[in-house]
Amino acid sequence: MLELRNVSYEVEGEKGDNKEILRQISYVFDKRFTAITGPNGGGKSTLAKLIAGIIMPTEGVILFNGKDITNMSITDRAKAGISYAFQQPVRFKGITVKDLITLAAGRKLTTAEACVYLSEVGLCARDYISREVNASLSGGECKRIEIAMIMARQTELSVFDEPEAGIDLWSFQNLIQVFERMYEKINGNIIIISHQERILNIADEIVVIAGGQIIQSGSRETILPTLLNTPNAATNCQALDQAIEPKETCTGRQPERSVADNG
Amino acid sequence: MDEIQKVLLEQVADLHEVPAGAYNIRSNGSLAGRNTTANIDIVTKQDEPGIDIIIKPGTKNESVHIPVLLSQSGIKETVYNDFYIGEDCDVTIVAGCGIHNGGKEASEHSGIHRFFVKKNARVRYVEKHYGQGDGMGGRIMNPTTEITLDEGAHMELEMVQIKGIDSTHRKTQAHLAQGASMIVREKLMTHGTQYARSDFEVELNGAGSTADVVSRSVAKEQSKQEFHANIVGNDACSGHTECDAIIMDGASVTALPALTANHVDAALIHEAAIGKIAGEQLIKLMTLGLTREEAEEQIISGFLK
Repeated sequence: MLELRNVSYEVEGEKGDNKEILRQISYVFDKRFTAITGPNGGGKSTLAKLIAGIIMPTEGVILFNGKDITNMSITDRAKAGISYAFQQPVRFKGITVKDLITLAAGRKLTTAEACVYLSEVGLCARDYISREVNASLSGGECKRIEIAMIMARQTELSVFDEPEAGIDLWSFQNLIQVFERMYEKINGNIIIISHQERILNIADEIVVIAGGQIIQSGSRETILPTLLNTPNAATNCQALDQAIEPKETCTGRQPERSVADNG
Repeated sequence: MDEIQKVLLEQVADLHEVPAGAYNIRSNGSLAGRNTTANIDIVTKQDEPGIDIIIKPGTKNESVHIPVLLSQSGIKETVYNDFYIGEDCDVTIVAGCGIHNGGKEASEHSGIHRFFVKKNARVRYVEKHYGQGDGMGGRIMNPTTEITLDEGAHMELEMVQIKGIDSTHRKTQAHLAQGASMIVREKLMTHGTQYARSDFEVELNGAGSTADVVSRSVAKEQSKQEFHANIVGNDACSGHTECDAIIMDGASVTALPALTANHVDAALIHEAAIGKIAGEQLIKLMTLGLTREEAEEQIISGFLK
């Protein structure tokens, strides 16, 4: 279980002043599947990096299973059971898909074992297992391999930063199934940063981050309809209908807090 | 053969015992073993140190191993080996030199290898250099490789120097006739205060000849590397040379790829890149639980694989 207590992150602005990227974030990620969403530039990816230890908060405390990991290195956090799937997967010269999956698993894998993870993410294992993870792979292929690595790690906490980014529509259908299956299998917690309604749709909880703050959070049933501006987000058509008649949307469930309230 | 020599042999030729097929093992300046086959003859030169390796036309799927082992400190030798590869051959040649220097004096091996590859023959040439021993004496190798590829001949060269050689200056020259092709893959890692220089001079003299010369290297600590490659296009041909180097610590790398086109249909390309390990590569592997040092090791060994 991951807990953030008053976590803030500041960087130096262009004029030498401090720019606040995240402000006083407090949250307990104790559900099986939490989706983080919100406008671009709101601080979502920064939050993922803080959790993975790639950047350190300027203020606040991060707890993992009750233990303070605020100052722990990336490696130690990974060993403690935190996985992080990059939004932009990294490419390597000479390192193969099998090498990466083996490193992720942290033990020697047979080719057959490594192939299982590739098949899970919809890649034909035979075609990919010996390929180098270099520029010859497409963005979508790299994303799938990135997800396969996280699956191979089998850690208690997995953080995915926009797994859908750069994936075509056809592949996206399969990706949803990947996460649905992961939801069934996983023992720990998943945090996914996403803009996709279909991903939000399988979340237990949704956290909305904008302007460096959590502006909404709660169960999917509570939050998702407000994001779609409809009382019931059963279909996109309804959402569209509501959007055409803006007055109607006002009758929908209101956000618990809004950006303006916090401004 | 003693244990040290066995280790050297394993490092430079991937051999645990004497190889199958033709071989010539040179150890501390003299012949330690030789085997010839019906198709491959090995003859000691009379006028200078070295051997002639003569491969009959049409020889397929045979290999020759010619490892050189130096385990006595202070040996300095220059060896001339000539390879005559007949028409339509398809053979593998494994050369390589291992130096164990536990003494104070420098050990030095300079191998001058000449290849005469006849029409439509195919050769795979593997050359590994390896050094060990905790003596103060230097481990020095200066190989020269001269290649003549006749019409339609093909040669692949794998040149590897990963560990333990203090100073090396490698010179490779090649002349390619019509339709001949050559692929070079050089892998190099230097550390400490080692120095390594590679010179490639490839002349594409015949129509349709091609050359692809790629060097991947890692320079660590205070080591120095230089890469010089010149591809000369004298007919309708295509050539590519690439130097891709990872630089670490206080190392220094110079890359000078050059092209000379003397024919309007010569298509020549060069590339060179030197840089440190990308930070995001390190971070990715660290998020898999590797330490920074382990991540560096993985990235380097993948890069040089």
